[in-house]
Amino acid sequence: MVMHETAIMPPVKTSRLEGDILEISMGPQHPSTHGVFRMNVALAGEVVVKLKPVFGYLHRNHEKIGENTTWLDSMPYTDRLDYFCSMTNNWAYALSVEKLAGIEVPERAEYLRVILAELTRLQNHASLLGFLLSDTGAWGTPLMYALREREKILDLFEAISGARMMCNFMRFGGCRCDTPDGWLDRARKVVNEFPAFLDELDTLIVSNEILIARMQEIGKVSAELAINAGLTGPTLRASGVNYDLRKVDGYGIYPRFKFRVPLGAHGDCYDRMMMRTLEMRESISILKQALADIPEGPVLNPKVKIRNFRPPVGEGYGRIEAPKGELGFYLVSEGGVSPYRYRVRPPSFVNLTILEEMCLGHLVADVMVILGSIDIVLGEVDR
Amino acid sequence: METLEQIAARITAAMPEAKVAIVPNPALPGQSSLRLSHDCAVAVARFLRDDAALRLDYCSNVTGIDWPERVIKTTVKTKQIVDGVEKEVTTVSEEFQPGCLETVYHLYSMALKHGPVVIRMRTADRADQCHMPSLTPVWKSAEFQEREAFDLYGIRFDGHPDLRRILMWDEFTDFPMRKDYREPDDYDYEPTAHDAVVEKAARHAATPAQPFAGA
Repeated sequence: MVMHETAIMPPVKTSRLEGDILEISMGPQHPSTHGVFRMNVALAGEVVVKLKPVFGYLHRNHEKIGENTTWLDSMPYTDRLDYFCSMTNNWAYALSVEKLAGIEVPERAEYLRVILAELTRLQNHASLLGFLLSDTGAWGTPLMYALREREKILDLFEAISGARMMCNFMRFGGCRCDTPDGWLDRARKVVNEFPAFLDELDTLIVSNEILIARMQEIGKVSAELAINAGLTGPTLRASGVNYDLRKVDGYGIYPRFKFRVPLGAHGDCYDRMMMRTLEMRESISILKQALADIPEGPVLNPKVKIRNFRPPVGEGYGRIEAPKGELGFYLVSEGGVSPYRYRVRPPSFVNLTILEEMCLGHLVADVMVILGSIDIVLGEVDR
Repeated sequence: METLEQIAARITAAMPEAKVAIVPNPALPGQSSLRLSHDCAVAVARFLRDDAALRLDYCSNVTGIDWPERVIKTTVKTKQIVDGVEKEVTTVSEEFQPGCLETVYHLYSMALKHGPVVIRMRTADRADQCHMPSLTPVWKSAEFQEREAFDLYGIRFDGHPDLRRILMWDEFTDFPMRKDYREPDDYDYEPTAHDAVVEKAARHAATPAQPFAGA
């Protein structure tokens, strides 16, 4: 062998012991970070004293791509934001453009949108609970129960849009196509069978001693801090703030339906988990009403131009209650075929703002439970 | 909720030194906005949050917009009498618009369930004067979103508690959401800890193998 000069490795940041503080880097390839997400955590013993989230591993500058393509071409791309909930992403974008351009939506399309959005909420919350139980150590079985139910809803999405997850179903002024024959009956069957799963889930989680030990009084957020930090969705309502955009904005045809908004009392992980199960029951109530009332008629406003679509000059911000919180689109139009500014306000990204405050003083094992209870999807955080 | 004109009037009544301008929104008049000057922005933000009639306690959306320098051409057709004959004369006037970076904040009230009130601020230019006050001390929800505006647009928020890149990696130097951003040719190249190892392997491969001893 020939002797050669030893290559000098650049200094690599490693775990560092300073007094009693241990700095560790959790993630990005940790199973309970729900994607590629990292946290720089400082620990005193097992107690978190500092936590800085690091993300951007999936960043592809979604907003720049939106500025360089036509208004309608961004629609399939919104599927990839929160890839669990493509239907609500589509709706938020369509709603914002409809607001900006003043487009009417036919009655049947409004009903279809509500049905699809509430089905999306059911499958999102069900799988979230499965993942959350996985994070607390209940490996496998609860997640499989949840995914079993999710499959039934994804089958419905596939039947109506051709895709299970990347649905690309909404259009400006309605939906892409009408329901296939018998789809509404299939949907009614899924909705009627869903409460049995919720009852099963309740027996698993409500008085489960391990979940109570791991979740109650963990990651508490006061109502004042939750509002100031911009939390939205079930994460906000677990702190007792009554703010559901389906009630507040009353977008679409939500004012026609009777449903209640569940509110938490403690703002801890347990309440955030219970918000999801309670919301699913309300979604089922909305779905039953919508599936009973849906009228016949067109599903797409024929006056909306598909090609060469140009909204008027101006700007608009539209938002909906996505399963994870407030999903908003801020669009600036200069009258061109593509947006001048295309901004996504993702709920997961903003809900991470006070992750550090939630985790301080808790054990490092609780960090995963707290992160799981916020419900993030990295496709939306990193964009 | 009060109209934007009423809000602007009450701001100037409460803070006479504050400069507030109303920016109309032709497409959606309900979402017209208030442009604030830098020196009064934090005080106005606190006023909007704490005022009993407004209570805009929730800052939903914070984002940047890039407005590069541009020349706006306006064509005006006038009828003039030239040599006794009426002719249509077109005059083109060019107006130079200096570039700037802008941030937009969408405020709502969770307590009173109204909104949005849109406020915006502009930087002096797009080069070395990209500063504006941070509103994170007023609404914590702006923290990550202002970091994102700094990361992608290069807007420096004075008074932000932790202004670092958030989506791009820390060593990145450019601002990709600016309209004049161009991808570098060697976009995929990023210095990593592996560089030294790769170099070592290349040197190793370049050295010819020794013949067998005693051959």
